[in-house]
Amino acid sequence: MALPTSEVLTVPAPARRRRRSGLLANGKAVTGLVILGFLTVFAVIGPWIAPYDPGERGDDLLVGPNAQHWFGTTHLGQDILSQILDGTRSVMLVGIVAGLVATVLAIVFGVSSGYFGGTGGEGLSALSNVFLVIPALPLILIITLSLPETNDLTIALVIGFTSWAWGARVLRAQTLSLRRRDYVEAARATGESTWRILGFEILPNLTAVIAASFVSTVIFAVLSEITLAFIGVPGVSEWNWGAILFWAQSQQALAQGAWWWFVPAGLAIALLGTGLALVNFGIDEYVNPRLRGGHQRVRGVRMRVGFTPVLPEEAR
Amino acid sequence: MSGEPVLDIRGLSVDYGLGDAAVHAVRDVSLTLHRGEVLGLAGESGSGKSTLAYGMLRLLPPPGVVRSGQVFYHPGDDEPVELMSLSAKRLRRFRWAEVAIVFQGAMNSLNPVHTVATQLTDVIAAHEPRTTPAARRARAVELLTLVGINADRLGSFPHQLSGGMRQRVMIAMALALEPRVVVMDEPTTALDVVMQRQILAKLVELRERIGFSVLFITHDLSLLVEFSDRIAIMYGGRIVEDAPAGQLYRDSLHPYSDGLLHSFPALRGPRRELTGIPGSPPDLRAMPSGCAFHPRCPKAFDPCAERTPTLLAPDGREDQNRTVACWLHTADRAMT
Amino acid sequence: MSYLLRRIGFYAFTAWAAITINFFLPRAIPGDPVQSLIARAQGQLSTDAIQSLYILFGLDDEQSLVSQYFEYWGQLLSGDLGLSFTFFPSPVSDVIADSLPWTLALVGFTTVISFLLGTALGVVAGWWRGTWADLLMPVTTFLSSIPYFWLGLIAITLFADQGGAFPSSGGYDPGVVPGWDLDFIGSAIHHSLLPAITILITSMSGWVLSMRNMMLTVAAEDYITVAHAKGLSQRRVMVSYAARNALLPNVSAFALSLGLIVGGTLLVEIVFSYPGIGFQLFSAVGAKDYPLIQGIFLIITLSVLVANLVADLVYLLLDPRTRKEG
Repeated sequence: MALPTSEVLTVPAPARRRRRSGLLANGKAVTGLVILGFLTVFAVIGPWIAPYDPGERGDDLLVGPNAQHWFGTTHLGQDILSQILDGTRSVMLVGIVAGLVATVLAIVFGVSSGYFGGTGGEGLSALSNVFLVIPALPLILIITLSLPETNDLTIALVIGFTSWAWGARVLRAQTLSLRRRDYVEAARATGESTWRILGFEILPNLTAVIAASFVSTVIFAVLSEITLAFIGVPGVSEWNWGAILFWAQSQQALAQGAWWWFVPAGLAIALLGTGLALVNFGIDEYVNPRLRGGHQRVRGVRMRVGFTPVLPEEAR
Repeated sequence: MSGEPVLDIRGLSVDYGLGDAAVHAVRDVSLTLHRGEVLGLAGESGSGKSTLAYGMLRLLPPPGVVRSGQVFYHPGDDEPVELMSLSAKRLRRFRWAEVAIVFQGAMNSLNPVHTVATQLTDVIAAHEPRTTPAARRARAVELLTLVGINADRLGSFPHQLSGGMRQRVMIAMALALEPRVVVMDEPTTALDVVMQRQILAKLVELRERIGFSVLFITHDLSLLVEFSDRIAIMYGGRIVEDAPAGQLYRDSLHPYSDGLLHSFPALRGPRRELTGIPGSPPDLRAMPSGCAFHPRCPKAFDPCAERTPTLLAPDGREDQNRTVACWLHTADRAMT
Repeated sequence: MSYLLRRIGFYAFTAWAAITINFFLPRAIPGDPVQSLIARAQGQLSTDAIQSLYILFGLDDEQSLVSQYFEYWGQLLSGDLGLSFTFFPSPVSDVIADSLPWTLALVGFTTVISFLLGTALGVVAGWWRGTWADLLMPVTTFLSSIPYFWLGLIAITLFADQGGAFPSSGGYDPGVVPGWDLDFIGSAIHHSLLPAITILITSMSGWVLSMRNMMLTVAAEDYITVAHAKGLSQRRVMVSYAARNALLPNVSAFALSLGLIVGGTLLVEIVFSYPGIGFQLFSAVGAKDYPLIQGIFLIITLSVLVANLVADLVYLLLDPRTRKEG
């Protein structure tokens, strides 16, 4: 029962409409991108516009937000706003590097296991499932602690090398279904080279899935890295938001009622996370049209599965 | 043959989307299904035939909306019921008890996680809550036997059945509440030719025994010529011709009907030349002016591109119980 | 059954992989951690204990890597995970045995509850789209993007500090003696409420979002239209047709993401100083207690694998297509 919806929706839109389509027509994605853009600016210029040196001790010990210190100070009189601005770069850099590494691995493992199939494909898929099932954070933790030297880059690499499995799984499923499509079968039958098929027939159709998997990995990487810093794993850059929370926790900020010490860092994390999540929703809705259609109520008409609305006289 | 009307569609228009973005998929369609009749609805994909059927039962998923029109159901003795103004609760009671549907491609029409028995009995339980579970099960066995499936299949899940069997389960389900009308949406498209014949033969037999009316939707006009009493042809969201099956087959009036008839090899009767129709179905977002078919029509002339023809009895054949929307045949009256 | 056997085989393989990673990683640690431990223990270590540490860390030069590997397996199978540095000379297995029940009770319980609650809310949010249920979306988006431990900090500030209704740390009141009596259980529940709610709120939102999306995807399936056409009640279509099918991918996602969730959840224990595995992990990181970190990693991995197997069994019951055809 192919309800005619799909037929109608695949009819090409007139060019005038098409200009606003795609990801940029999606409110959620745009909001997310604006948030991310805003944070990226801070990641770049943060350390320069910070009013104080984030490590510099001042005379105002543990004071709440005021005109000199917008976000208050630590027990050593350090300016929390400056620490957060300084930490933005490390947080975002680790997230992006880890996301890139994981996405490249996900593409390599996912697409090849989906496209080539057979024992090798099954083996690669089993490998990614192993990485999926092993608890990620403890694994990252023991690897990081085994390394002779840790810094932002090594931590980003460890996260990247351990968190590609989810993306690989999604890409594999997608590749499997693409491989059976007629145009791919046709390309194979006419003897196109494997690389050409992968590069021109498969990958372009995976763009959205790849983007979504990149964004999710960045979310995961950011949270992992902040968590590592919060537990006190050495090597994370000094004013990572997780490190700020680590100091707040270990200096009993809670017991002293110094809420300004941990609230801004948490909100910054939430802002970054929400921005990334919104971009992902946008991609999801772009890939899966069934999720679209936020404007379900127009002029008193409620769209509802199973009960097609009848337009009232005045809405016609 | 053409007795009392049982389902009467009047000026139904169905859109996808609202406001300026709306796509008009069904435009001002009127159609009548009579008691005991098999009415065929044919057209290319995108012609609006399925939209019409689901729209009249208000089963179209979002963004489908009924823009205007009325659909009357005549239950026989009682007052007719108007479907577009029914409340959700009354609509639910009406559905399946009066009009049941056999859906296209039974693969996805059955819920994969429930057994055949559950899916046959839940509809009885919903409409006849006072029946006992044992009675419902007995009824389910009876229904399966009716369509030629062994009762031991009751405990099967859909994935354990063949395509033909699934479709027969759907037919059994459609008959569960003895509806007066059964809508068949491409009921045999997903099946092989042998299975198609079997299923249709079964349907003909059941209709003779039980006596329901059928609205048969398909793009395969040759099937309709064989199995239906009347045929309505849709194009671009409108009905362009509506005539008794034999008349339409021997003497189609609309050039589009003619094209459709020449797109399929006839199963019986004299051989015809296969020509097909040049061009492709219209874009519903940017419909041609006038008669939607005129850009593809071999016989198009002056008025076709400018004014939309209405569905009227053809000139000189007012006695033949058929209508057509074409300037070739209704020019005299529409010009005035 | 072949499905189940395949899954068990896969989990056995994963367990082997985790144990092997655990074996090789410390052999990459530079320096000699055993020497530093001996120095800290000030001659109280028996030669047997030292020998077992050397085996654990692969510093036993006289043996080949292969025989080290087999010896490691032998130790593991007899339940010997080495000795903890921080709780010296307690064996790691004892430290874990003390803290594991706390974690199983807190994390295990809340993870299941959050999945069930989140899924139920997701059903509602997906089914009643276009109504007030849409308001759930921005809230859950925000909640799902904050770290668990941070929400824990906020919860403590709001509800536990300075005479709040809940204790801010520990697993039970200091005055209570652990045992199976009402006093202790009541105190333990009181202490676990705030961490449990923290975990619930953050981990639930992910399930709300994914179940909602599955509901929206399933709502366009043919069998849903059939169910409406059959005139079934709204409730029956929603529960028995839409939610019942949407649940399947959500359950497999649950199984697959257990490893991700558990890691984050454990950290809530740190904030609340809750005497579970996560808190031990935190202290072990602080003290560079490698044997304990390794042991905890192994135990978490094995627990997650068992939980996965259970989730697979549930899936098997839910989806007739994976059952052996009759």
